[in-house]
Amino acid sequence: MSIEGRDLKFPAYVWQAPVRIWHWLMALAMVVLWGTGYFIGAPLPSVPGEASENYLMGYIRFAHFAAAYVFAIAFLGRIYWAFVGNKHAREIFLVPLYMLKPAWWGSFFRTVAHYAFLRRHADWHYGHNHLAMAAMFGMYVLGTVFMIVTGFALYGEGTLKGSWANNLFTSWVIPMMGDSQNVHTWHHLGAWYLFWFTVVHLYFVIREDIVSGLTVVSSMISGWRDVKNG
Amino acid sequence: MTETFYDVLRRQGVTRRSFMKFCSLTAASLGLGPTLAPQIAHALETKPRTPVLWLHGLECTCCTESFIRSAHPLAKDVILSMISLDYDDTIMAAAGHQAEEALEEVMKKYKGNYILAVEGNPPLGNDGTFCIPGGKPFVEKLKHVAKDAKAVIAWGSCASWGCVQAAKPNPTNAVPIDKVITDKPIIKVPGCPPIAEVMSAVVTYVVAFDRIPELDRQGRPKMFYSQRIHDKCYRRPHFDAGQFVEKFDDEGARAGYCLYKVGCKGPTTYNACSTTRWNEGVSFPIASGHGCIGCSEDGFWDKGSFYERLTNIPAFGIEANADKVGLVAAGVVGAAVVAHAAVTAIKNASEQRKPTKEEK
Repeated sequence: MSIEGRDLKFPAYVWQAPVRIWHWLMALAMVVLWGTGYFIGAPLPSVPGEASENYLMGYIRFAHFAAAYVFAIAFLGRIYWAFVGNKHAREIFLVPLYMLKPAWWGSFFRTVAHYAFLRRHADWHYGHNHLAMAAMFGMYVLGTVFMIVTGFALYGEGTLKGSWANNLFTSWVIPMMGDSQNVHTWHHLGAWYLFWFTVVHLYFVIREDIVSGLTVVSSMISGWRDVKNG
Repeated sequence: MTETFYDVLRRQGVTRRSFMKFCSLTAASLGLGPTLAPQIAHALETKPRTPVLWLHGLECTCCTESFIRSAHPLAKDVILSMISLDYDDTIMAAAGHQAEEALEEVMKKYKGNYILAVEGNPPLGNDGTFCIPGGKPFVEKLKHVAKDAKAVIAWGSCASWGCVQAAKPNPTNAVPIDKVITDKPIIKVPGCPPIAEVMSAVVTYVVAFDRIPELDRQGRPKMFYSQRIHDKCYRRPHFDAGQFVEKFDDEGARAGYCLYKVGCKGPTTYNACSTTRWNEGVSFPIASGHGCIGCSEDGFWDKGSFYERLTNIPAFGIEANADKVGLVAAGVVGAAVVAHAAVTAIKNASEQRKPTKEEK
Protein backbone atom coordinates (compact mmCIF):
# COMPACT_ATOMS: atom_id res chain seq x y z
CA MET A 1 0.00 0.00 0.00
CA SER A 2 1.34 3.36 -1.01
CA ILE A 3 1.13 6.30 1.30
CA GLU A 4 1.09 9.47 -0.70
CA GLY A 5 2.45 12.76 0.43
CA ARG A 6 5.34 11.51 2.58
CA ASP A 7 7.71 13.25 0.14
CA LEU A 8 6.17 16.68 0.70
CA LYS A 9 8.50 19.36 2.04
CA PHE A 10 7.59 20.49 5.54
CA PRO A 11 7.40 22.95 7.16
CA ALA A 12 5.23 24.66 4.56
CA TYR A 13 3.41 27.99 4.66
CA VAL A 14 -0.18 27.05 3.77
CA TRP A 15 -2.79 29.35 5.28
CA GLN A 16 -2.02 32.96 4.41
CA ALA A 17 -2.90 35.71 6.89
CA PRO A 18 -6.18 36.79 5.22
CA VAL A 19 -7.38 33.19 5.28
CA ARG A 20 -6.56 32.88 8.97
CA ILE A 21 -8.19 36.19 9.87
CA TRP A 22 -11.27 35.23 7.88
CA HIS A 23 -11.41 31.83 9.56
CA TRP A 24 -11.50 33.14 13.11
CA LEU A 25 -13.68 36.16 12.33
CA MET A 26 -16.17 33.89 10.59
CA ALA A 27 -16.09 31.39 13.48
CA LEU A 28 -16.81 34.16 15.97
CA ALA A 29 -19.64 35.56 13.84
CA MET A 30 -21.08 32.07 13.50
CA VAL A 31 -21.19 31.55 17.26
CA VAL A 32 -22.99 34.89 17.69
CA LEU A 33 -25.38 33.99 14.86
CA TRP A 34 -26.29 30.64 16.39
CA GLY A 35 -26.91 32.10 19.83
CA THR A 36 -28.93 35.09 18.72
CA GLY A 37 -30.67 33.11 15.98
CA TYR A 38 -31.83 30.54 18.50
CA PHE A 39 -33.30 33.26 20.72
CA ILE A 40 -35.04 34.90 17.76
CA GLY A 41 -36.80 31.60 17.06
CA ALA A 42 -37.45 30.82 20.72
CA PRO A 43 -37.31 34.10 22.65
CA LEU A 44 -36.19 34.42 26.29
CA PRO A 45 -38.81 34.78 29.05
CA SER A 46 -40.58 38.14 29.04
CA VAL A 47 -38.87 41.13 30.61
CA PRO A 48 -40.85 43.15 33.17
CA GLY A 49 -41.64 46.85 32.87
CA GLU A 50 -42.87 49.09 30.10
CA ALA A 51 -42.22 48.24 26.47
CA SER A 52 -40.65 51.67 26.01
CA GLU A 53 -38.01 50.88 28.65
CA ASN A 54 -36.89 47.59 27.13
CA TYR A 55 -35.33 46.58 23.86
CA LEU A 56 -34.11 43.02 24.49
CA MET A 57 -35.46 41.42 21.32
CA GLY A 58 -34.30 44.46 19.40
CA TYR A 59 -30.72 44.08 20.68
CA ILE A 60 -30.72 40.33 20.00
CA ARG A 61 -31.91 40.92 16.46
CA PHE A 62 -29.41 43.74 16.00
CA ALA A 63 -26.57 41.45 17.11
CA HIS A 64 -27.82 38.81 14.69
CA PHE A 65 -27.94 41.23 11.77
CA ALA A 66 -24.59 42.81 12.63
CA ALA A 67 -22.90 39.40 12.92
CA ALA A 68 -24.61 38.39 9.68
CA TYR A 69 -23.07 41.35 7.86
CA VAL A 70 -19.64 40.43 9.26
CA PHE A 71 -20.19 36.80 8.25
CA ALA A 72 -21.30 37.72 4.73
CA ILE A 73 -18.69 40.39 4.06
CA ALA A 74 -15.93 38.14 5.42
CA PHE A 75 -17.14 35.45 3.04
CA LEU A 76 -17.02 37.87 0.11
CA GLY A 77 -13.49 38.81 1.15
CA ARG A 78 -12.63 35.11 1.30
CA ILE A 79 -13.91 34.63 -2.26
CA TYR A 80 -11.74 37.56 -3.36
CA TRP A 81 -8.74 35.93 -1.68
CA ALA A 82 -9.46 32.71 -3.54
CA PHE A 83 -8.58 34.64 -6.69
CA VAL A 84 -5.45 36.42 -5.48
CA GLY A 85 -4.18 34.12 -2.73
CA ASN A 86 -2.12 30.95 -2.96
CA LYS A 87 -3.53 27.72 -4.33
CA HIS A 88 -4.66 26.51 -0.91
CA ALA A 89 -6.96 29.53 -0.69
CA ARG A 90 -8.77 28.18 -3.74
CA GLU A 91 -9.23 24.53 -2.92
CA ILE A 92 -12.47 24.69 -0.94
CA PHE A 93 -14.14 26.53 -3.83
CA LEU A 94 -12.66 24.56 -6.71
CA VAL A 95 -13.27 21.01 -5.47
CA PRO A 96 -16.11 20.40 -7.96
CA LEU A 97 -13.60 21.06 -10.76
CA TYR A 98 -10.95 18.81 -9.18
CA MET A 99 -13.57 16.09 -8.99
CA LEU A 100 -13.73 15.99 -12.80
CA LYS A 101 -10.25 14.46 -12.84
CA PRO A 102 -10.37 10.72 -12.10
CA ALA A 103 -6.93 10.87 -10.43
CA TRP A 104 -8.32 13.13 -7.70
CA TRP A 105 -10.56 10.35 -6.40
CA GLY A 106 -7.70 8.03 -5.46
CA SER A 107 -6.67 10.03 -2.45
CA PHE A 108 -10.34 10.70 -1.65
CA PHE A 109 -11.10 7.00 -1.28
CA ARG A 110 -7.83 6.31 0.55
CA THR A 111 -8.91 8.93 3.10
CA VAL A 112 -12.37 7.38 3.38
CA ALA A 113 -10.74 3.99 3.93
CA HIS A 114 -8.47 5.50 6.54
CA TYR A 115 -11.42 6.95 8.45
CA ALA A 116 -13.23 3.62 8.16
CA PHE A 117 -10.18 2.03 9.85
CA LEU A 118 -9.35 0.04 6.71
CA ARG A 119 -6.03 1.83 6.17
CA ARG A 120 -3.67 2.70 8.91
CA HIS A 121 -2.17 5.83 7.35
CA ALA A 122 -3.77 8.78 5.65
CA ASP A 123 -2.31 10.61 2.67
CA TRP A 124 -0.49 13.81 3.48
CA HIS A 125 -1.39 17.08 1.77
CA TYR A 126 -0.22 20.63 2.27
CA GLY A 127 -3.81 21.81 2.60
CA HIS A 128 -6.98 19.80 3.11
CA ASN A 129 -7.13 16.10 2.38
CA HIS A 130 -9.51 15.33 -0.46
CA LEU A 131 -12.37 14.20 1.73
CA ALA A 132 -12.05 17.32 3.89
CA MET A 133 -11.99 19.47 0.76
CA ALA A 134 -15.24 17.89 -0.46
CA ALA A 135 -16.86 18.41 2.95
CA MET A 136 -15.67 22.03 3.02
CA PHE A 137 -17.42 22.65 -0.27
CA GLY A 138 -20.54 20.55 0.25
CA MET A 139 -21.21 21.53 3.83
CA TYR A 140 -19.39 24.76 4.56
CA VAL A 141 -19.38 26.69 1.25
CA LEU A 142 -22.85 25.65 0.06
CA GLY A 143 -24.26 25.93 3.58
CA THR A 144 -22.83 29.42 3.95
CA VAL A 145 -24.13 30.62 0.59
CA PHE A 146 -27.54 29.21 1.49
CA MET A 147 -27.55 30.94 4.87
CA ILE A 148 -26.45 34.27 3.40
CA VAL A 149 -29.11 34.15 0.67
CA THR A 150 -31.99 33.04 2.92
CA GLY A 151 -30.77 35.26 5.75
CA PHE A 152 -30.74 38.43 3.70
CA ALA A 153 -34.08 37.42 2.17
CA LEU A 154 -35.55 37.40 5.70
CA TYR A 155 -33.72 40.60 6.56
CA GLY A 156 -35.20 42.25 3.47
CA GLU A 157 -38.71 41.46 4.71
CA GLY A 158 -38.13 43.84 7.59
CA THR A 159 -36.31 46.50 5.59
CA LEU A 160 -39.25 46.44 3.14
CA LYS A 161 -39.60 46.75 -0.60
CA GLY A 162 -37.07 49.04 -2.19
CA SER A 163 -34.25 48.13 0.21
CA TRP A 164 -31.19 46.45 -1.30
CA ALA A 165 -31.76 43.20 0.62
CA ASN A 166 -35.36 43.07 -0.53
CA ASN A 167 -34.49 43.80 -4.17
CA LEU A 168 -31.55 41.43 -4.25
CA PHE A 169 -32.88 38.50 -2.21
CA THR A 170 -36.40 38.75 -0.75
CA SER A 171 -38.01 39.43 -4.11
CA TRP A 172 -37.09 36.02 -5.54
CA VAL A 173 -36.27 33.79 -2.54
CA ILE A 174 -39.75 33.95 -1.01
CA PRO A 175 -41.63 33.12 -4.23
CA MET A 176 -39.09 30.36 -4.93
CA MET A 177 -39.59 28.71 -1.53
CA GLY A 178 -43.35 29.26 -1.52
CA ASP A 179 -43.78 31.66 1.36
CA SER A 180 -42.02 33.50 4.14
CA GLN A 181 -42.55 30.78 6.73
CA ASN A 182 -40.86 28.18 4.54
CA VAL A 183 -37.85 30.47 4.20
CA HIS A 184 -37.74 30.80 8.00
CA THR A 185 -37.86 27.01 8.39
CA TRP A 186 -35.11 26.43 5.81
CA HIS A 187 -32.93 29.13 7.34
CA HIS A 188 -33.39 27.43 10.71
CA LEU A 189 -32.46 24.01 9.30
CA GLY A 190 -29.50 25.62 7.51
CA ALA A 191 -28.19 26.84 10.86
CA TRP A 192 -28.33 23.28 12.15
CA TYR A 193 -26.61 22.04 8.99
CA LEU A 194 -23.67 24.34 9.69
CA PHE A 195 -23.74 23.23 13.31
CA TRP A 196 -23.45 19.55 12.31
CA PHE A 197 -20.61 20.54 10.01
CA THR A 198 -18.88 22.34 12.85
CA VAL A 199 -19.12 19.34 15.17
CA VAL A 200 -17.52 17.15 12.50
CA HIS A 201 -14.97 19.83 11.64
CA LEU A 202 -13.85 20.26 15.26
CA TYR A 203 -13.58 16.53 15.75
CA PHE A 204 -11.49 15.95 12.65
CA VAL A 205 -9.08 18.85 13.13
CA ILE A 206 -8.36 17.65 16.65
CA ARG A 207 -8.12 14.02 15.56
CA GLU A 208 -5.85 14.85 12.64
CA ASP A 209 -3.70 16.96 14.91
CA ILE A 210 -3.16 13.92 17.14
CA VAL A 211 -3.15 11.06 14.62
CA SER A 212 -1.95 12.31 11.21
CA GLY A 213 1.53 13.38 12.21
CA LEU A 214 1.02 16.88 10.79
CA THR A 215 0.08 20.05 12.63
CA VAL A 216 -3.52 21.08 12.06
CA VAL A 217 -4.93 23.28 14.81
CA SER A 218 -1.82 25.42 15.18
CA SER A 219 -1.63 25.83 11.39
CA MET A 220 -4.77 27.95 11.37
CA ILE A 221 -3.03 30.23 13.89
CA SER A 222 0.47 30.42 12.46
CA GLY A 223 -0.23 29.50 8.85
CA TRP A 224 2.57 26.90 8.84
CA ARG A 225 2.15 23.15 8.62
CA ASP A 226 4.87 20.95 9.91
CA VAL A 227 5.60 17.32 10.71
CA LYS A 228 5.14 16.57 14.36
CA ASN A 229 8.06 14.86 15.97
CA GLY A 230 7.62 11.13 16.28
CA MET B 1 -75.46 54.13 -26.61
CA THR B 2 -72.98 52.64 -24.17
CA GLU B 3 -73.76 52.78 -20.53
CA THR B 4 -71.22 54.11 -18.02
CA PHE B 5 -70.85 53.15 -14.37
CA TYR B 6 -72.15 56.57 -13.44
CA ASP B 7 -75.33 56.03 -15.44
CA VAL B 8 -75.91 52.75 -13.68
CA LEU B 9 -75.31 54.23 -10.25
CA ARG B 10 -77.68 57.15 -10.89
CA ARG B 11 -80.29 54.71 -12.07
CA GLN B 12 -79.79 52.74 -8.84
CA GLY B 13 -80.52 55.90 -6.86
CA VAL B 14 -76.98 56.84 -5.84
CA THR B 15 -76.69 60.64 -5.63
CA ARG B 16 -73.87 62.57 -7.25
CA ARG B 17 -72.69 63.65 -3.82
CA SER B 18 -72.45 60.03 -2.68
CA PHE B 19 -70.70 59.14 -5.91
CA MET B 20 -68.01 61.80 -5.39
CA LYS B 21 -67.54 60.67 -1.79
CA PHE B 22 -67.07 57.13 -3.01
CA CYS B 23 -64.42 58.24 -5.49
CA SER B 24 -62.43 60.07 -2.79
CA LEU B 25 -62.70 57.11 -0.42
CA THR B 26 -61.50 54.69 -3.04
CA ALA B 27 -58.58 56.90 -4.01
CA ALA B 28 -57.61 57.07 -0.34
CA SER B 29 -57.83 53.33 0.27
CA LEU B 30 -55.74 52.66 -2.82
CA GLY B 31 -53.14 55.05 -1.47
CA LEU B 32 -53.46 57.20 -4.59
CA GLY B 33 -53.82 60.62 -2.96
CA PRO B 34 -56.57 63.23 -3.33
CA THR B 35 -55.65 64.31 -6.87
CA LEU B 36 -56.61 60.92 -8.22
CA ALA B 37 -60.21 61.08 -6.96
CA PRO B 38 -61.43 63.27 -9.87
CA GLN B 39 -59.71 60.88 -12.24
CA ILE B 40 -61.63 57.96 -10.81
CA ALA B 41 -64.85 59.96 -11.06
CA HIS B 42 -64.07 60.93 -14.64
CA ALA B 43 -63.31 57.35 -15.59
CA LEU B 44 -66.53 56.05 -14.06
CA GLU B 45 -68.53 58.81 -15.75
CA THR B 46 -67.17 58.43 -19.24
CA LYS B 47 -65.91 54.90 -19.79
CA PRO B 48 -68.32 52.21 -20.83
CA ARG B 49 -69.20 50.02 -17.89
CA THR B 50 -67.04 46.92 -17.48
CA PRO B 51 -69.16 44.00 -16.37
CA VAL B 52 -67.90 41.74 -13.60
CA LEU B 53 -68.84 38.08 -13.59
CA TRP B 54 -68.40 36.42 -10.24
CA LEU B 55 -68.11 32.62 -10.18
CA HIS B 56 -68.22 30.37 -7.14
CA GLY B 57 -66.30 27.10 -7.13
CA LEU B 58 -65.28 24.90 -4.23
CA GLU B 59 -65.54 27.45 -1.43
CA CYS B 60 -67.32 28.49 1.75
CA THR B 61 -68.65 31.89 0.60
CA CYS B 62 -66.61 33.66 3.28
CA CYS B 63 -65.20 35.94 0.57
CA THR B 64 -68.70 37.10 -0.35
CA GLU B 65 -69.59 37.41 3.33
CA SER B 66 -66.57 39.62 3.80
CA PHE B 67 -67.21 41.61 0.64
CA ILE B 68 -70.80 42.58 1.47
CA ARG B 69 -69.52 43.95 4.77
CA SER B 70 -67.27 46.55 3.18
CA ALA B 71 -66.69 49.10 5.91
CA HIS B 72 -68.26 52.10 4.29
CA PRO B 73 -71.90 51.47 3.41
CA LEU B 74 -71.46 53.72 0.41
CA ALA B 75 -68.64 51.66 -1.01
CA LYS B 76 -70.72 48.58 -0.46
CA ASP B 77 -73.74 49.99 -2.29
CA VAL B 78 -71.69 51.27 -5.17
CA ILE B 79 -69.65 48.15 -5.68
CA LEU B 80 -72.58 45.83 -5.23
CA SER B 81 -74.55 47.76 -7.82
CA MET B 82 -71.61 47.35 -10.15
CA ILE B 83 -71.33 43.63 -9.57
CA SER B 84 -74.74 42.16 -8.93
CA LEU B 85 -76.07 43.47 -12.22
CA ASP B 86 -74.23 40.87 -14.16
CA TYR B 87 -73.65 37.50 -12.58
CA ASP B 88 -72.98 36.41 -9.02
CA ASP B 89 -75.06 33.35 -8.26
CA THR B 90 -74.97 33.95 -4.51
CA ILE B 91 -76.29 37.51 -4.43
CA MET B 92 -78.03 38.07 -7.77
CA ALA B 93 -81.81 38.17 -7.99
CA ALA B 94 -82.11 35.71 -10.84
CA ALA B 95 -81.64 31.99 -10.29
CA GLY B 96 -81.42 28.74 -12.24
CA HIS B 97 -81.69 28.88 -16.04
CA GLN B 98 -82.38 32.60 -15.92
CA ALA B 99 -79.09 33.21 -14.17
CA GLU B 100 -77.12 31.00 -16.50
CA GLU B 101 -78.70 32.78 -19.47
CA ALA B 102 -77.63 36.12 -18.05
CA LEU B 103 -74.09 34.79 -17.80
CA GLU B 104 -74.04 33.68 -21.43
CA GLU B 105 -75.55 36.95 -22.55
CA VAL B 106 -72.91 39.07 -20.82
CA MET B 107 -70.16 36.82 -22.17
CA LYS B 108 -71.45 37.32 -25.72
CA LYS B 109 -72.19 41.02 -25.46
CA TYR B 110 -68.94 41.98 -23.75
CA LYS B 111 -66.66 39.38 -25.32
CA GLY B 112 -63.06 40.03 -24.30
CA ASN B 113 -64.14 42.98 -22.24
CA TYR B 114 -65.48 41.69 -18.93
CA ILE B 115 -63.76 40.95 -15.64
CA LEU B 116 -63.99 37.46 -14.21
CA ALA B 117 -63.87 37.22 -10.42
CA VAL B 118 -63.48 33.74 -9.00
CA GLU B 119 -64.28 32.71 -5.46
CA GLY B 120 -63.18 29.19 -4.60
CA ASN B 121 -61.31 26.84 -6.85
CA PRO B 122 -61.86 23.90 -9.20
CA PRO B 123 -61.30 20.34 -7.95
CA LEU B 124 -59.78 18.32 -10.78
CA GLY B 125 -60.14 14.87 -9.24
CA ASN B 126 -62.73 12.45 -10.69
CA ASP B 127 -63.04 14.60 -13.84
CA GLY B 128 -64.01 17.59 -11.74
CA THR B 129 -67.21 16.03 -10.41
CA PHE B 130 -66.57 17.14 -6.83
CA CYS B 131 -68.03 20.53 -7.68
CA ILE B 132 -71.00 20.74 -10.05
CA PRO B 133 -72.71 24.13 -10.39
CA GLY B 134 -75.44 24.32 -13.05
CA GLY B 135 -75.06 20.65 -13.98
CA LYS B 136 -71.47 20.89 -15.20
CA PRO B 137 -68.12 20.45 -13.46
CA PHE B 138 -66.93 23.82 -12.17
CA VAL B 139 -63.61 23.50 -13.94
CA GLU B 140 -65.42 23.53 -17.29
CA LYS B 141 -67.50 26.56 -16.38
CA LEU B 142 -64.37 28.32 -15.20
CA LYS B 143 -62.49 27.67 -18.42
CA HIS B 144 -65.55 28.60 -20.46
CA VAL B 145 -66.02 31.98 -18.79
CA ALA B 146 -62.29 32.73 -18.53
CA LYS B 147 -61.84 32.23 -22.26
CA ASP B 148 -63.21 35.66 -23.21
CA ALA B 149 -62.39 37.56 -20.02
CA LYS B 150 -60.15 40.62 -20.04
CA ALA B 151 -58.67 39.90 -16.65
CA VAL B 152 -59.28 37.53 -13.76
CA ILE B 153 -59.49 38.27 -10.05
CA ALA B 154 -58.78 35.34 -7.71
CA TRP B 155 -60.74 36.00 -4.53
CA GLY B 156 -59.36 34.55 -1.35
CA SER B 157 -56.84 31.88 -0.52
CA CYS B 158 -58.91 29.18 -2.30
CA ALA B 159 -58.66 30.73 -5.73
CA SER B 160 -55.14 32.08 -5.08
CA TRP B 161 -53.37 29.15 -3.43
CA GLY B 162 -55.83 26.28 -2.84
CA CYS B 163 -56.59 26.82 0.85
CA VAL B 164 -58.29 24.20 3.02
CA GLN B 165 -59.65 21.97 0.25
CA ALA B 166 -56.14 21.74 -1.21
CA ALA B 167 -54.55 21.03 2.19
CA LYS B 168 -52.82 17.67 2.47
CA PRO B 169 -53.92 15.12 1.38
CA ASN B 170 -56.17 17.16 -0.96
CA PRO B 171 -58.64 14.32 -1.72
CA THR B 172 -60.48 16.18 -4.50
CA ASN B 173 -57.27 17.49 -6.12
CA ALA B 174 -58.42 21.09 -5.76
CA VAL B 175 -56.04 23.52 -7.48
CA PRO B 176 -55.68 27.31 -7.48
CA ILE B 177 -57.23 28.90 -10.56
CA ASP B 178 -53.89 29.86 -12.10
CA LYS B 179 -53.33 26.14 -12.74
CA VAL B 180 -56.39 26.14 -14.99
CA ILE B 181 -56.37 29.67 -16.44
CA THR B 182 -52.92 30.19 -17.89
CA ASP B 183 -53.45 32.77 -20.62
CA LYS B 184 -54.98 35.70 -18.68
CA PRO B 185 -53.61 38.12 -16.14
CA ILE B 186 -54.70 36.98 -12.68
CA ILE B 187 -54.90 39.29 -9.69
CA LYS B 188 -54.59 37.24 -6.52
CA VAL B 189 -56.34 38.65 -3.48
CA PRO B 190 -55.54 36.01 -0.85
CA GLY B 191 -56.93 35.78 2.66
CA CYS B 192 -59.51 33.56 4.25
CA PRO B 193 -61.45 35.70 3.62
CA PRO B 194 -59.68 38.73 2.12
CA ILE B 195 -60.34 42.09 3.74
CA ALA B 196 -63.53 43.69 2.42
CA GLU B 197 -61.92 47.07 1.76
CA VAL B 198 -59.10 45.41 -0.14
CA MET B 199 -61.61 43.55 -2.30
CA SER B 200 -63.69 46.61 -3.14
CA ALA B 201 -60.61 48.70 -3.82
CA VAL B 202 -59.22 46.11 -6.21
CA VAL B 203 -62.50 45.85 -8.12
CA THR B 204 -62.80 49.63 -8.33
CA TYR B 205 -59.23 50.03 -9.49
CA VAL B 206 -59.66 47.52 -12.27
CA VAL B 207 -62.99 48.83 -13.56
CA ALA B 208 -62.15 52.52 -13.12
CA PHE B 209 -58.64 52.56 -14.58
CA ASP B 210 -59.18 49.70 -16.99
CA ARG B 211 -55.91 48.10 -16.01
CA ILE B 212 -54.77 45.74 -13.30
CA PRO B 213 -52.97 47.15 -10.26
CA GLU B 214 -49.22 46.62 -9.93
CA LEU B 215 -48.64 43.03 -8.78
CA ASP B 216 -45.78 41.39 -6.91
CA ARG B 217 -44.11 38.20 -8.11
CA GLN B 218 -46.77 36.08 -6.49
CA GLY B 219 -49.48 37.98 -8.33
CA ARG B 220 -50.82 40.01 -5.41
CA PRO B 221 -51.57 43.76 -5.61
CA LYS B 222 -48.50 45.48 -4.15
CA MET B 223 -50.56 48.20 -2.48
CA PHE B 224 -52.09 45.73 -0.02
CA TYR B 225 -49.64 42.84 0.20
CA SER B 226 -46.23 44.50 0.43
CA GLN B 227 -45.93 44.43 4.18
CA ARG B 228 -46.29 41.82 6.85
CA ILE B 229 -48.86 41.98 9.64
CA HIS B 230 -45.81 42.20 11.94
CA ASP B 231 -44.45 45.34 10.25
CA LYS B 232 -47.47 47.44 11.21
CA CYS B 233 -48.66 45.54 14.29
CA TYR B 234 -49.58 47.73 17.25
CA ARG B 235 -48.06 45.08 19.56
CA ARG B 236 -44.70 45.31 17.76
CA PRO B 237 -43.10 47.39 20.57
CA HIS B 238 -43.68 44.44 22.92
CA PHE B 239 -41.91 42.18 20.44
CA ASP B 240 -38.91 44.48 20.27
CA ALA B 241 -38.89 44.85 24.04
CA GLY B 242 -38.96 41.08 24.51
CA GLN B 243 -42.38 40.92 26.19
CA PHE B 244 -44.38 37.89 25.16
CA VAL B 245 -47.59 36.08 25.99
CA GLU B 246 -46.45 32.62 27.14
CA LYS B 247 -49.93 31.20 27.71
CA PHE B 248 -53.33 32.58 26.78
CA ASP B 249 -54.33 33.12 30.41
CA ASP B 250 -51.15 34.66 31.77
CA GLU B 251 -50.31 38.18 32.92
CA GLY B 252 -48.70 38.96 29.56
CA ALA B 253 -51.93 38.11 27.73
CA ARG B 254 -53.83 40.51 29.96
CA ALA B 255 -51.20 43.19 29.42
CA GLY B 256 -51.48 42.80 25.65
CA TYR B 257 -47.95 41.53 25.03
CA CYS B 258 -46.70 40.16 21.71
CA LEU B 259 -48.29 36.84 20.66
CA TYR B 260 -45.14 35.54 18.92
CA LYS B 261 -44.53 32.71 21.37
CA VAL B 262 -48.10 31.44 21.17
CA GLY B 263 -47.67 30.99 17.44
CA CYS B 264 -48.60 34.34 15.86
CA LYS B 265 -47.80 34.15 12.14
CA GLY B 266 -47.75 37.95 11.78
CA PRO B 267 -44.00 37.94 11.00
CA THR B 268 -44.49 35.66 8.00
CA THR B 269 -47.83 36.90 6.70
CA TYR B 270 -48.29 39.51 4.00
CA ASN B 271 -51.63 41.25 4.39
CA ALA B 272 -53.13 44.59 5.41
CA CYS B 273 -55.05 43.49 8.55
CA SER B 274 -52.95 45.46 11.01
CA THR B 275 -53.55 48.70 9.07
CA THR B 276 -57.02 48.26 7.56
CA ARG B 277 -58.46 46.05 10.30
CA TRP B 278 -61.85 44.38 10.04
CA ASN B 279 -65.53 45.16 10.54
CA GLU B 280 -65.34 48.89 9.95
CA GLY B 281 -61.93 49.11 11.54
CA VAL B 282 -63.09 47.66 14.86
CA SER B 283 -60.46 44.99 15.36
CA PHE B 284 -58.31 42.25 13.84
CA PRO B 285 -57.20 38.91 15.31
CA ILE B 286 -54.15 40.21 17.19
CA ALA B 287 -56.14 43.08 18.69
CA SER B 288 -58.59 40.46 19.95
CA GLY B 289 -55.80 38.58 21.72
CA HIS B 290 -55.27 35.78 19.23
CA GLY B 291 -52.25 35.36 17.01
CA CYS B 292 -52.45 35.73 13.26
CA ILE B 293 -52.91 32.30 11.62
CA GLY B 294 -51.38 33.42 8.34
CA CYS B 295 -54.55 32.82 6.31
CA SER B 296 -53.35 34.82 3.31
CA GLU B 297 -50.18 32.74 2.92
CA ASP B 298 -49.77 29.83 0.56
CA GLY B 299 -50.39 26.45 2.23
CA PHE B 300 -51.09 27.87 5.69
CA TRP B 301 -53.08 24.77 6.65
CA ASP B 302 -50.05 22.54 6.22
CA LYS B 303 -47.61 24.42 8.42
CA GLY B 304 -48.52 22.68 11.69
CA SER B 305 -50.16 24.19 14.74
CA PHE B 306 -51.56 27.71 14.68
CA TYR B 307 -50.12 28.02 18.19
CA GLU B 308 -46.47 27.28 17.51
CA ARG B 309 -43.84 29.39 15.82
CA LEU B 310 -41.87 26.63 14.18
CA THR B 311 -43.24 24.78 11.19
CA ASN B 312 -43.97 21.07 11.47
CA ILE B 313 -41.69 18.99 9.29
CA PRO B 314 -43.85 15.98 8.47
CA ALA B 315 -41.25 14.01 6.49
CA PHE B 316 -40.12 12.21 9.60
CA GLY B 317 -43.38 10.51 10.43
CA ILE B 318 -43.47 12.11 13.85
CA GLU B 319 -44.25 15.63 14.89
CA ALA B 320 -41.03 17.55 14.54
CA ASN B 321 -39.84 21.08 13.94
CA ALA B 322 -36.50 22.50 12.82
CA ASP B 323 -35.09 22.56 16.35
CA LYS B 324 -36.03 18.97 17.13
CA VAL B 325 -34.66 17.75 13.82
CA GLY B 326 -31.50 19.77 14.34
CA LEU B 327 -30.95 18.56 17.88
CA VAL B 328 -31.55 14.89 17.05
CA ALA B 329 -29.17 15.07 14.10
CA ALA B 330 -26.59 16.93 16.18
CA GLY B 331 -26.90 14.14 18.77
CA VAL B 332 -26.37 11.51 16.08
CA VAL B 333 -23.36 13.38 14.66
CA GLY B 334 -21.98 13.86 18.17
CA ALA B 335 -22.40 10.18 19.03
CA ALA B 336 -20.74 9.19 15.75
CA VAL B 337 -17.83 11.50 16.52
CA VAL B 338 -17.39 10.04 20.01
CA ALA B 339 -17.57 6.49 18.67
CA HIS B 340 -15.09 7.28 15.91
CA ALA B 341 -12.72 8.88 18.41
CA ALA B 342 -12.96 5.84 20.66
CA VAL B 343 -12.17 3.44 17.83
CA THR B 344 -9.29 5.69 16.74
CA ALA B 345 -7.86 5.62 20.23
CA ILE B 346 -8.16 1.84 20.56
CA LYS B 347 -6.66 1.24 17.10
CA ASN B 348 -3.77 3.56 17.79
CA ALA B 349 -3.06 1.98 21.13
CA SER B 350 -3.06 -1.53 19.73
CA GLU B 351 -1.06 -0.64 16.62
CA GLN B 352 1.66 1.06 18.56
CA ARG B 353 2.53 -2.33 20.01
CA LYS B 354 2.80 -4.14 16.66
CA PRO B 355 4.51 -2.08 13.92
CA THR B 356 3.20 -2.66 10.40
CA LYS B 357 5.22 -3.71 7.36
CA GLU B 358 5.46 -0.20 5.96
CA GLU B 359 7.03 1.14 9.08
CA LYS B 360 9.70 -1.60 9.23
